[in-house]
Amino acid sequence: MKTQPIDAFAEGMTAEMRAAVHEGSKIGHEKRTKLLFDHYANPNRLRQLAGEIKQHVVENLDTYLPALESRLVANGVRVHWASTAESACEAVHGILKARGARRLVKAKTMVSEEIELEKYLSDRGIESLETDLGEFIVQLDHDRPSHIIKPIMHKNRRQIADLFERHGLGPYDDEPAVITQRARQFLRHKYLEADACVTGANFMVAETGRMVIVTNEGNSRFCLAGTPCHIALVGIEKIVPADRDLGLFLNLLARSGTAQQLTVYNEFILGPRGAGQPDGPEEVHVVFVDNGRSDVLASECRDILRCIRCGACLNVCPVYRQASGHAYRGPYSGPVGAVLSPLMLGERFAEKADLPKASSLCGACNEVCPVDIPIPDLLLRLRDKAFALGIRSPGTPPMGAWAVLASHPVAWRAAMAGGAILNYLPTKLVPVRALRAWESSRDLPEWRGGAFRSWFKRHAKAPASGPNDHG
Amino acid sequence: MPDDRDQILSRVRGALSQLPKRAAMPDYDGAVELARSRARPIDPVAEFAERLKAVNGEFVAGPAELAASLRGHGWTTGYCEPEVWPSLAPHFDGSFAVSTEFRRERLDDYQFGITRAVGAIAETGTIILSDGASGRRLASLAPWAHVSVIPRARLYLDIPQAIAALGSDPNSIWVTGPSKTADVEGILIEGVHGPGAEIALLLG
Ligand code: SF4
Repeated sequence: MKTQPIDAFAEGMTAEMRAAVHEGSKIGHEKRTKLLFDHYANPNRLRQLAGEIKQHVVENLDTYLPALESRLVANGVRVHWASTAESACEAVHGILKARGARRLVKAKTMVSEEIELEKYLSDRGIESLETDLGEFIVQLDHDRPSHIIKPIMHKNRRQIADLFERHGLGPYDDEPAVITQRARQFLRHKYLEADACVTGANFMVAETGRMVIVTNEGNSRFCLAGTPCHIALVGIEKIVPADRDLGLFLNLLARSGTAQQLTVYNEFILGPRGAGQPDGPEEVHVVFVDNGRSDVLASECRDILRCIRCGACLNVCPVYRQASGHAYRGPYSGPVGAVLSPLMLGERFAEKADLPKASSLCGACNEVCPVDIPIPDLLLRLRDKAFALGIRSPGTPPMGAWAVLASHPVAWRAAMAGGAILNYLPTKLVPVRALRAWESSRDLPEWRGGAFRSWFKRHAKAPASGPNDHG
Repeated sequence: MPDDRDQILSRVRGALSQLPKRAAMPDYDGAVELARSRARPIDPVAEFAERLKAVNGEFVAGPAELAASLRGHGWTTGYCEPEVWPSLAPHFDGSFAVSTEFRRERLDDYQFGITRAVGAIAETGTIILSDGASGRRLASLAPWAHVSVIPRARLYLDIPQAIAALGSDPNSIWVTGPSKTADVEGILIEGVHGPGAEIALLLG
C-alpha cells in the first residue's frame, strides 16, 4: 500500500506558489458561494432536504433494495449481488467470461478501486483500461488516486509528460492541452475495441430503475457508445426514491463537487440500447456491492452512507490538504474516508482507527456537505469506538505529526492562537495546482476560531456517543 | 449469486432492526424547492443562449449562421443525420463535404456531427439527447464539434421540467457544454473524450 510522506508536498513550494494558493482558494470559495447563494433563496434548506431524503433511504434500504431490483429486472437489466470484494470481482468476471470478453474499458468507479478489480481481472487474462484522464495517468504510472474526484492532484504536468513519453504516447510536451489531446487520440479507439465496460453509478432511482452516471469528460458516455456490454458496480446505498429527487441531487452534486451549475454529462439509463440504436450496450448488468456497507449501516455512523461522493469535504479539510489522499490508505480519503474506511473494514476496524483521529474537528466538512452529514460528530463517535476497543496510539505515521496536533486539543488550540493556523499551515503545504482549478470549491473555511473553540469545549467534555448528539 | 443476495438483505434488515424509528421521507415539492429566485421574467430562448455561452457552448440563430460558423472554424467535413439534412442542406455550399451515413471506422474523419436533440434546458444551457430521437450515440460524441438541432417547442425552463419529461427512452443524456477536464494541474481543457465544441440550433 502506497503512502505519501506528509512532508513530500511541502517540497518545492515557492513563495509564488504560496501566493497562488492563497489567491486560488479565495476565488474558489467566492465562486462556490456565488453559485449556491445567487441561484437559490435558501441553499442550506436544499442541503438539509437532500440529507433527509438520503437518510430516509439509508434507513429503509431493506425495502428500497428489493423494489429497485424488481424495476431493474422489468427494464431488462440483469441484477447481481456481491457481499464482499471478492464476490464482486467474481460477478464481473463471470459476466465477462460468459461473453468471451478480453478487453474492458472503465469509467471512473470508486467501487472498482475498492474491490481491486483490475488486479483480479488481469490475473485472469483480462485487460482493463481506465478512461478518466486522471485515472488513466494513475494507471500508466502504477500509482493510486489521491482524491475522489481529482485523482492526480498529487502529480504535476512534467511528471505526466515524462510518463507519456516513456509509454510512447508522444515526445515530451507538458502543455496540458497536448497531454489531453494525446489521451483523447489513444483512448477513443480503445472504447471501440473493448468487449465491455465497467462504470460506477451516481444515483439509482428506486421508482423507475433509472441509473444516473455523471462525468465531465464524457468517458462514461464513450464507454456506453462504444461497447456492447455495460456492467455497473453500485454500492447498495446509491438509491434515491424517485425521478423528481434527481433535480435536487444533480444540482447539489455539481455545485458542491466542482462549482458547476450542472456537470457536463448526466446520463440516464433505463436498460439496454433502444431499438434501432446501433451504438451502446445490448446487455446491461448491475452488481450491487455490500463489501462492508452493511457494517456501516449497523454502526452509529450510518449517516455517512448518505454520501454522494462530491469531494467537497476533502477540498475544505485542512488535514486532507496536509496529509494528501494517499495517507488514508484506500480509495476514500478526506473526512468521508476517515469515517467510511475504518468502518468498512468491519472487524478489522483497528487497521484504520488512526484516521478518525486525524481531524481538527473544525466543522468545515459538515458545512459544505451537500447531504449535511454531521462528519465531526461521526469522527468523535469513532474515536470513542477506538477507545472502547482499547486502540490507543493516535495516528503516528502515516498520518504523522498533523494527526498528533489535530488530536491534542491543547496543542491545536495553541497552534491556532491568533486564528492563524488555517491561514498559514495548509496554504503553505497544499499542492498549488489543486487550487488553481476552474472547478474549484476548495475554499479554505472562513476562519471561525471562536466558534470552533466553544464547539470543541462542548464536545471535549461530553464526547458525542449517542445518535441524537448533534452539536 | 443468490446467496449473496440473501446475505446482504438479511444483514441490512438486521442492521435496521435496531432502529427504534426510521427516518421518514420529507414532504417537499421538488419544483418549488428548486425554483431559482429570478429577478426578471424569463425569455427561455435568451436564457438558453446565455447559459450555453456561459459553459463555452455556441448558440446559432439559424442554418445559415450555422454553416458560416462551421466554415469559420475550418470544419467542413462532417456527418449529418439524414432526418435533419434536408432543412440544412440549402445553406451548405460546395466547400462542405457532408455525409449522411456515419461509419464507425471513420470516426476520426468527421470534424463535426449534426444530430437532433429531444429538447434543451434554458436555465442551464443543456441539450438533451435520447436513443429514440437523436440518432446514433457516436455521432454526437466522437467528432470534435457537435451540432444539435433542437425543436423549439421542447425548450424546458428548468431542471424539474426536464426531469418530468425524461420518459421511457432507454437512454437519455444531458449535455452541458463541451467535454472538459481539469485533471492536469487544475487547468481547464475542453474536448477530452467528447466534443470540444457544442453548438445548438433551435428550429421549428
Ligand atoms: S461526505 Fe458530503 S461533502 Fe464529503 S464527499 Fe460525501 S457528500 Fe461530499
